[in-house]
Amino acid sequence: MSQADQVEQARQAGRRTHHFHGGLRLRHNKKISCQNPVVPPPLPELLVVPLLQHAGDFAEPSVSDGEKVLKGQVIGQCQPCAAIHSPVSGVVEAIEDRPMSHPSGQPGPCVVIRPDGQEQWVQLNPIKDWLEASPEILIAQIQDCGIAGLGGAVFPTHAKTRDGRERQIHTLILNGAECEPYISCDEMLMREQPDKIILGARVLRRALGAERVIIAIEDQMGAVQAALTRSAKLAECKSISVVKVTTIYPEGGERQLIQVLTGLEVPAGGRPSDLGMVCQNVATAAAVADAVVEGKPLIERYITVTGNGVSHPRNFLALIGTPVSHLVDASGGYSNDVARLVIGGPMMGYPVASDDTPVVKASNCLLALTQRDIVAPQPEMPCIRCGECARVCPATLLPQQLHLQIKTGLWDQAKEYGLSACIECGCCDYVCPSHIPLVEWFRYGKGEQRKRVLESEAAELARKRFEEREARLLRVKRERAEKMALRKQLLKDKAAQQDRIRDSIARAESRLKKAGEQPDDA
Amino acid sequence: MTRSFDTGGAPHLPPQTTVAAVMLQVLLALVPGVLAYTWFFGPGMLIQIILAVVFALLFEALMLRWRGWPLKPFINDYSAVVTAVLFALCIPPLAPWWISCIAMLFAIVFAKHLYGGLGQNVFNPAMVGYVVVLISFPQVMTAWLPPLALADYSPGLMDSLATIFTGQIPVAGGWDAATQATPLDTLKTGVDAGRMVPEIRSAPIFGDYGGLGWEWIANWFALGGIFLLYKRTINWHVPVAVIGSVVLLSLPFWLADPDSNPFPLQHIFSGALVLAAFFIATDPVSGCVSNRGRLIFGAGVGITTLIIRRWGGYPDGVAFAVLLMNMAAPLIDRYTRPRMYGE
Ligand code: SF4
Ligand code: SF4
Repeated sequence: MSQADQVEQARQAGRRTHHFHGGLRLRHNKKISCQNPVVPPPLPELLVVPLLQHAGDFAEPSVSDGEKVLKGQVIGQCQPCAAIHSPVSGVVEAIEDRPMSHPSGQPGPCVVIRPDGQEQWVQLNPIKDWLEASPEILIAQIQDCGIAGLGGAVFPTHAKTRDGRERQIHTLILNGAECEPYISCDEMLMREQPDKIILGARVLRRALGAERVIIAIEDQMGAVQAALTRSAKLAECKSISVVKVTTIYPEGGERQLIQVLTGLEVPAGGRPSDLGMVCQNVATAAAVADAVVEGKPLIERYITVTGNGVSHPRNFLALIGTPVSHLVDASGGYSNDVARLVIGGPMMGYPVASDDTPVVKASNCLLALTQRDIVAPQPEMPCIRCGECARVCPATLLPQQLHLQIKTGLWDQAKEYGLSACIECGCCDYVCPSHIPLVEWFRYGKGEQRKRVLESEAAELARKRFEEREARLLRVKRERAEKMALRKQLLKDKAAQQDRIRDSIARAESRLKKAGEQPDDA
Repeated sequence: MTRSFDTGGAPHLPPQTTVAAVMLQVLLALVPGVLAYTWFFGPGMLIQIILAVVFALLFEALMLRWRGWPLKPFINDYSAVVTAVLFALCIPPLAPWWISCIAMLFAIVFAKHLYGGLGQNVFNPAMVGYVVVLISFPQVMTAWLPPLALADYSPGLMDSLATIFTGQIPVAGGWDAATQATPLDTLKTGVDAGRMVPEIRSAPIFGDYGGLGWEWIANWFALGGIFLLYKRTINWHVPVAVIGSVVLLSLPFWLADPDSNPFPLQHIFSGALVLAAFFIATDPVSGCVSNRGRLIFGAGVGITTLIIRRWGGYPDGVAFAVLLMNMAAPLIDRYTRPRMYGE
């Protein structure tokens, strides 16, 4: 199928749903955190706002120690990344390295703010007549308000929107399918704030220039579909449709969701915009609505606090920078046998070493697990090539082969077998009877591959430089040799001339002599 | 107050299964077939299984010790037990004890550990052990008793033990009188001698569609295989390809000349074909990784078995077929890599 045909087919997205390869049917464990309405926790004593929250670079702090800040004031700038704002009004206590809630587990620069309890906002600049505003203005507002993908990838939303606009996408997909067990913050958001999501969808649609919006939700999200449809109807928006998809992990993965909605695969190494689509999380859409219509920057988000390790699992509307220990306290504290804290879901989340880690824009879930939930680490056995991993891999890779290739350093083969197409969903890892930490291997392998690319680029550069230097040296040498030769020639010529002069003088002299003698003789 | 936690890697869920659980499931699936075997051929088979398991574990432990690997978890992953049981199911029930010893030596030490141990072997260890003793001791390995229903002499537990450990069979006339050619043997020698298949098949050792007794054993093995399919321990590709290719290939021969070619069911329900289709050719380690690869692998086993049965020197060729396809597996894998997402 040509790309144009694919784009055409992608326009039909959502008419009927399709399947992707593999995947897992996991126990949902979502209900436990959906019983109570979402509330903000009490104001924490101290907020720690990391300066690295988006895919991209560290933000530059734009405040200093002891400075008074207002709620919503920019405290970190990053071009072309998204800005970071103060979640409260208060005083900057320090700018220092702290645990910053990042998969790497490394501490990094954070702005520590002590709230003053006044909740004084900065001057907000809403775009009231957003229906008239140009897409560029909307995109600029999204950037100023620090909106980033809240599904976990935290890619700056303005960049994605601008790119989608330039590539003339036709469909905006709002991803409401949280495929991982336990996480329910998007479901709660869709239940409680359907109007805001629809509003955000309309703003994004305008900013993108998309024809239609599809909101994808899981088939067991109960009342959500009705709520969203009602809101869409209220807004008199016909270009928004709500589509239910079957809950199979990793349904909520961008590429899998697109496959389910369109039956098409995003080309390897490509992006959804190759099919004329852009994917955004529903929470991102809500944040966009806040940003554009109310001028509010992204300073809070829905987060699920759940698992057998906390007493009363529930969802919170938490300020960015709230230490997770504070959220645990607000949900009744730990149970006695809590053993692991995970930011994100059980499949792709990362464990944190201590609970003073702050909530960041990417944190959708805080999962407290007990020893019983995780089971002591099992001994790793050799791969028995059972093929379970390949059966469940949504990217249709052969994880067992990739594992072997990475282990033995066959990098070219690993590349050929699609290492870079791995979405690190962890399905293979979960089913492996030998308990091989496959995803860890793949992360390592990808890092190694990147390093090798860089190295080969560096080597290429060095080789070029070397060659240039050699060429230059050669040229210099040749030129010098030529010069030498010229000089020699000149000298020779000179010598020859002198010889000739000497000769002629000698001849003249001898002639003179002869002449002198002759007269004498004569 | 801050608390600290351990930071194990994702996924943060208890693992779904273990190697030991997979192997145990295979063993469980073999139970009906083994019982049927004992029903038709007496308790000798059980003794052979125990012997093979003991030798296999012994060699496994020795090799682990020698290679400096921990006994746990490797000795209790049951992989050596599966090898031993599959081997024992292929040999005559009253074969002498040292047959198991030699076969397990080759299976565990050579075919498994010298290739790198669990997961690394190129050849199916059980079949390596079987083929080694089959080639080295053809006489012993073809000394099959007829099914109990046809036998004048049916060995009890003590008699079986005595026979296995002394090599003497307590029967007037000794081994020659007690043993009988297997259905496959009979068929092969009969056809080679120019006799008609229907005529050969009228002998009492043949049943409705396979060998008497054998066909039922095969049925029970197939039942175990279906259990494994249901449990997703094995995929359907290999069994379907093995049996399908045998049917597809033998059908035209039989239709063309039913007098000198056995009908397809006869092929399937005699010898070790069903056992191989569900339990031996499905060994993941020495097989193919992709579904397409597995189809080719299974078809290869089926076709090669038929060729050996028809033209080769052995009445049943399953073991050789499996080993040959083991050799081809890496190559098949190379050409059947599944298409990646977005490729
Ligand atoms: S699931 Fe594990 S043991 Fe099975 S093939 Fe994959 S890596 Fe090997
Ligand atoms: S982690 Fe990668 S290799 Fe494993 S199942 Fe997911 S996409 Fe496939």
